[in-house]
Amino acid sequence: MIIKGKIWKFKDNIDTDVIIPARYLNTTDPKELALHCMEDYDSEFVKKISQGDIIVAGRNFGCGSSREHAPIALKAAGVSCIIAQSFARIFFRNAINIGLPIFESEEVADQCSEGDLLEIDTEQGVIKNLSKNETYKTNLLPKFIQKIISGGGLREYVKEEVKRRKINV
Amino acid sequence: MGKTIVEKILSAHTDTNNLKIGDIIKARVDFAFANDITAPIALKYFKESGARQVFDKKRVGLIPDHFAPNKDIKSAEQCKLLKEFAQEYEIENYFEIGKMGVEHALLPEKGLVLPGDVVVGADSHTDTSGALGAFAIGVGSTDFAAVMALGEVWLKIPPTIKFIFSGKLNKWVSGKDLILYTISKIGVDGANYKVMEFSGEVIKGLSMDNRFTMCNMAIEAGAKTGIIEPDEITLEYVKGRAKRPFQIYNSDSDAHYEKIIEIDISKIEPQVAFPYLPENAKPISKAKGIKIDQSIIGSCTNGRIEDLRIAAEILKGQQVHSEVRLIIIPATQDIYLQAIREGLVDIFITAGGAVSTPTCGPCLGGYMGILAKGERAISTTNRNFVGRMGHPESEVYLASPAIAAASAILGRIASPEEVK
Repeated sequence: MIIKGKIWKFKDNIDTDVIIPARYLNTTDPKELALHCMEDYDSEFVKKISQGDIIVAGRNFGCGSSREHAPIALKAAGVSCIIAQSFARIFFRNAINIGLPIFESEEVADQCSEGDLLEIDTEQGVIKNLSKNETYKTNLLPKFIQKIISGGGLREYVKEEVKRRKINV
Repeated sequence: MGKTIVEKILSAHTDTNNLKIGDIIKARVDFAFANDITAPIALKYFKESGARQVFDKKRVGLIPDHFAPNKDIKSAEQCKLLKEFAQEYEIENYFEIGKMGVEHALLPEKGLVLPGDVVVGADSHTDTSGALGAFAIGVGSTDFAAVMALGEVWLKIPPTIKFIFSGKLNKWVSGKDLILYTISKIGVDGANYKVMEFSGEVIKGLSMDNRFTMCNMAIEAGAKTGIIEPDEITLEYVKGRAKRPFQIYNSDSDAHYEKIIEIDISKIEPQVAFPYLPENAKPISKAKGIKIDQSIIGSCTNGRIEDLRIAAEILKGQQVHSEVRLIIIPATQDIYLQAIREGLVDIFITAGGAVSTPTCGPCLGGYMGILAKGERAISTTNRNFVGRMGHPESEVYLASPAIAAASAILGRIASPEEVK
């Protein structure tokens, strides 16, 4: 899959309470969650972002609560991919499980600026900065995880397994 | 080469042989659960998966505790989904209001999570049960749905950091202070993707309640989980509670650790973590004097009976400061009842504190103690992020029940030594 989008930069330790505050967790509707994405960090974020934009962040992105509402809100707000120096592990799992592409890269976080246009080849792990004419390499995810993401998330994998193991009868 | 407790537990729960750090495995799950925030998404996905039943009706838990007792209509709708699903799929461990408790306090108390288990909870503080010597990890809703259908979870074999605590605990220093201090030393991502194994003479001397508090906050250092090897204290706790057989695992003396960190606790004072990260812990001597509007004693971190006893010891015969709201929330109904029987609730109410039925409520800014703009709370909970307990411009300081109780009396962050 090729992803192309404009960068929005974020600092270290962006927690899931900031990505989607708990006061909005009395719903599971992605569209409603998206309206409040990053509200306590930048109340204009949802208005500024365009469909397909990419988040580039520092260390420990998505720390805190296990709420899957966080990657759901980001995806529904239009975010097509997140690249960070590192991710908190539950957020990392959740993003993979809902089929939101996610990469760890020190280089991208260090060298890319807000507004740069990126092109990402998710299968090759190659990230091109079209604005700066630079190319970065990122570690590929393990095969099992790639399979989950390309299959549209863990839900599709579970459906297949349920059929294969005949849990549906 | 020997193995760590986590490597042994995971080996026993997968068909993959010769596990190496970084391997991805599918592990069989002994108990899986979710709450009123995380379950609704999962229940929908489970139904869409085509599965006709959950992997084991005795091994799935649904606990409405975050916005329950229902705080508003939308929350009521979410909680209703849990109840209806429990009826439809004959889930045995659905906990209605009146029997409900904060999940991470409730499940060990009911003997539903046990030593040697692989526990998967759709809540980040699932690591709490690591105090039993279980491998307990927090996941999201989709993972929980997958476990309900398949009875297994995908995971990467994590490396372990061993923490050895030695020395003598000072007065008023608790498990909360040890974990806040530890997080301040390694940072909020200091154990990212890794297991924190807590050990040493100090841990061996800690009560279960203090051990739960420590493992609860391993996630605040980014850890996959926290764990403590089971010993006599663990077995004493589990005795009479366990709903099924369980297995004890211990780390070998020649087990490989990514790192071993030794901490001498003799000089550690009670800790207070300043906004807006749990790593911002300072000794109480450097935190005294900060004016507060609210004090919260409760949560999966510090809402257990020992926590309430310590708070009562300090509040007995005292009055809560006229400008402070003290809210005490026993973590489960059993703890609540025990607190009533021991006269602790009498002490709290006489002192001018409010006592609530179990709920996560204020910890995550849900309800039952939300902060207004500019307000400040001392809290025994686990997170002090921006907006965590209410307005984005409010502040949360994390500390032990002893500090929260003393601060409630004096109207400012204070040590119990100052209350006389």
